[in-house]
Amino acid sequence: MTNSWTDIKNTDLVVIMGGNAAEAHPCGFKWVTEAKHHRGAKLIVVDPRFNRSASVSDYYAPIRPGSDIAFLMGVIRWCIENDKVQWDYVRNYTNVGYLVREDFGFQDGMFTGYDAEKRSYDQTSWEYELGEDGYVINDETLTHPRSVWQLLKKHVEIYTPEFVENVCGTPKDRFLKICEMIGETSSPTKTMTSMYALGWTQHSKGSQNIRGMAMLQLLLGNIGVPGGGMNALRGHSNIQGLTDVGLMSNLIPGYLAMPRETEPDFATYMSTRGNKPLRPNQMSYWQNYGKFMVSFMKALWGDKATAENGWGYDWLPKLDIVQYDAMRMFNMMKNGEVNIYFCQGFNPLLSFPNRGKMTEAFSKLKLLVVMDPLATETAAFWENHGIYNDVDTASIQTEVLELPTTCFAEDEGATVNSGRWLQWHWAGATPPGEARSDVWIMTQIYQRIRKLYETEGGKAPEPVLNLAWDYADPEEPTAAELAMELNGRALTTLYDATDPTKVVLEAGKQVSGFGQLRDDGSTMGACWIYAGCFTEDGNMMARRDNSDPSGMGVFQQWSFAWPANRRVLYNRASCDPDGKPWDPSRVLIEWNGEKWVGPDIPDIAVTAKPREVGPFIMNPEGTSRFFSRKLMRDGPFPTHMEPFESPMANPLNPEMRGNPVARVFPDDMANMATSAEFPLVATSYRLTEHFHYWTKHNYVNAVNQPEFFVEISEELAAEKGIKKGGMVRVWSKRGQVWAKAVVTKRIRPMICDGKPVHVVGIPIHWGFKGAARKGFGPNTLGPFVGDANIETPEFKAFLVNIEPASEGLA
Amino acid sequence: MNIDLSRRSFLRLSGAGVAATSLAAMGFHEAEAAEAAHVRDFKLATMTETRNICTYCSVACGVIMYSKGDLAAGEKAELIHIEGDADHPTNKGTLCPKGAALKDYVKAETRLTHPRLRRPGSDRFEEISWDEAFDKIARAVKDDRDANLIEKNADGLTVNRLTTTGYLAASATTNETAWATWKVVRSLGIVGFDNQARV
Repeated sequence: MTNSWTDIKNTDLVVIMGGNAAEAHPCGFKWVTEAKHHRGAKLIVVDPRFNRSASVSDYYAPIRPGSDIAFLMGVIRWCIENDKVQWDYVRNYTNVGYLVREDFGFQDGMFTGYDAEKRSYDQTSWEYELGEDGYVINDETLTHPRSVWQLLKKHVEIYTPEFVENVCGTPKDRFLKICEMIGETSSPTKTMTSMYALGWTQHSKGSQNIRGMAMLQLLLGNIGVPGGGMNALRGHSNIQGLTDVGLMSNLIPGYLAMPRETEPDFATYMSTRGNKPLRPNQMSYWQNYGKFMVSFMKALWGDKATAENGWGYDWLPKLDIVQYDAMRMFNMMKNGEVNIYFCQGFNPLLSFPNRGKMTEAFSKLKLLVVMDPLATETAAFWENHGIYNDVDTASIQTEVLELPTTCFAEDEGATVNSGRWLQWHWAGATPPGEARSDVWIMTQIYQRIRKLYETEGGKAPEPVLNLAWDYADPEEPTAAELAMELNGRALTTLYDATDPTKVVLEAGKQVSGFGQLRDDGSTMGACWIYAGCFTEDGNMMARRDNSDPSGMGVFQQWSFAWPANRRVLYNRASCDPDGKPWDPSRVLIEWNGEKWVGPDIPDIAVTAKPREVGPFIMNPEGTSRFFSRKLMRDGPFPTHMEPFESPMANPLNPEMRGNPVARVFPDDMANMATSAEFPLVATSYRLTEHFHYWTKHNYVNAVNQPEFFVEISEELAAEKGIKKGGMVRVWSKRGQVWAKAVVTKRIRPMICDGKPVHVVGIPIHWGFKGAARKGFGPNTLGPFVGDANIETPEFKAFLVNIEPASEGLA
Repeated sequence: MNIDLSRRSFLRLSGAGVAATSLAAMGFHEAEAAEAAHVRDFKLATMTETRNICTYCSVACGVIMYSKGDLAAGEKAELIHIEGDADHPTNKGTLCPKGAALKDYVKAETRLTHPRLRRPGSDRFEEISWDEAFDKIARAVKDDRDANLIEKNADGLTVNRLTTTGYLAASATTNETAWATWKVVRSLGIVGFDNQARV
């Protein structure tokens, strides 16, 4: 989230699209209710189902799964046509005036540079035109045909209300009403917030869905302002933290990048990360990359990291491809290329698509190690449970180790909420049986492997032996010790850069913020964005002062928010170019003539003068981007792409299937269906009574929602002869499930491309372990393809068929 | 705002049978104080309270756990009850149907209690010791790393990359667990490394 849960109360309009907050994030949704009651805010819900959020909305519109980009580009088109643009914001804080290279173009739903064989674009032309001074050329009149503004207008021209109705199945009058409601928030004193979740990410173009809304929010001047923003309602309690700390194939903590093998040494790695400003005076904060990277390396390797050895650069693994994401690993596993796999608190047998392929993959492993508080389906993938897990146990040669771990109640440390608050929690229960903490388990594994290298030698022992492990008890580091490393400290006494007699920080002291981190090896800090979370003043994440003197929902003294305890990102943009808040009744920060002051921490240098430094300090431009240059694989603007399995052809290019640059493994392409064979659109969803595949282990939750079902419209039920509560078989090209049919008015057929489209809703919460009845999930059916940029599987739009089934089957 | 008299400390005080006079001193009328004095002991008054954060979604509601026994004092602590933390700015004491049943998860019958091994082709798990489990893991990972680590690529550049062992991390664990995990996994050269953010 750019903002926070408690900030939602400041909004005038909530758009829930690509999520279902009332159902999946109920206690966060209360802030929508708060805004409705106290500010008179309105709630719009756009979703294939009239879901629980829709049931408390002011306005609802249906949309065909996988057509969100067309809808969002349609809203942008309408806003431009009707001059619903926050012009002072757009002109000053975005890249609308910048010129784009002459060779950039767009035709037939594709951008310049497409290579069908590589399923990739040559992105050379997706770039600004730079002047002789090295800065991007800006046309303040916005009239140049190659200005971002003119290109944007041209790009969205096709997304008329009629186009939207035809592609999305959203009735034109409903679409136009929503455009009008959204357009009102182009006023500097009205804001809209976007609340989204997996309904936008789980598509082969998920990142572009989100970009579409981010662009709309820029057009309306709603980024960086109270009650505005792009608010990803994240899933697990620390999915934000695990991402921040870089537990992803391509990441180093703090959103630094794992090196590629094309970067053979530290100097080469740093050479492309200079981040020189693209406009005069801009902060381009990533210019500090080297300070964060060197401090990280000092945290990782300790004294072994020196300037001479490139801070231990050789010991980091180097990637030969962009992503070793989970789906790639499962594909490699299925091909017999993986021997050992660890699943720590993760149940991939139920959470990744094409369950048949997942079972095959796990069956090829030599050793599977599962660490979990609960008995998971993944740990028991080799058990035969009839139709629920129909495997030949004896033929599966995989060894499986199942290790009992503690859960939150028995563990201490910080988790990061959607609004980037690092909140500390304490253990209050004795773990059951022999269950132990994950830190202890990881330590035991590490210490034993290390001992083997010490006694036996072996291949490349340096990274294992040189890992810094400087804890009071090397057998079990404490949460506080690890948190202090994440914060960082001075390794030698730090002196002021301009006055060498002035001590900034004594050796051994915790840094107070990332501004103190250095690139000469004198500081260490594992995750620069967390600097300030555990300082010489103590554990900031454990703070519990819930006062909010401004009444803005800022809560500056409650826990710690990254970065720098800032609660609303880009909050410089909440003020006009002169530093006055757009809305004097909602102030986060303001310029007092000398510096930025206010209830939130300014997202800019406190003395940076208005009209000199732009609000988007992480970008070398200082502005935010309608045209995203080369940063996304599938285009600098979002363009409508159909799901890989779709009931209609892409009207921009009937030959195009899915996202033309999404990675598809050969076997999986053969496993994709057409609508001739599978005419129904399936979409996965969650229920308020359950959390993923955990709560089915709980008696209370299992009683509340005991049994797997699928949800269909009355029309589809009538067409297929399916009774309310009757048993059905649902199958895709990859698998089949049996379920109770829930026949509702919540799903209605939509008309797309002149034909009715039926949607089958499939909740995710059942398996073959726990207290609830055995059941299935959508991952038995879903296609093995992910988003082109970040490889999140396309669970929200794929094709199935349905028929009545005999009652005795399941 | 660290209120001096929270709802819970009030309940604890009154429930523990504080004299009516002291309640009056706290500003309550005599009749109310007399009534409060007759209320039976608050069941959770003898419990140890621990602040925690709901482990499910990232609304991250504050919760208070009530345990018999004080873990921080080195005692065995049995979880008795979990409720929403009324002082928490986000949830203000409320919990959703998932959070309200948190205790059921902590005490689920299917909680794992012992390291277990399933041997090739077997149809059951058997209990093993932690030592046996760790020795098996260490041996297997060391052998795989020694056999399959790519130290240098075709151009002779050091790449220290291991693709034959992979790791999925848990996004309900803490940042501190995450950091310890990152260190161990990457020091081995593992590149197939992800968490639930990917799905």
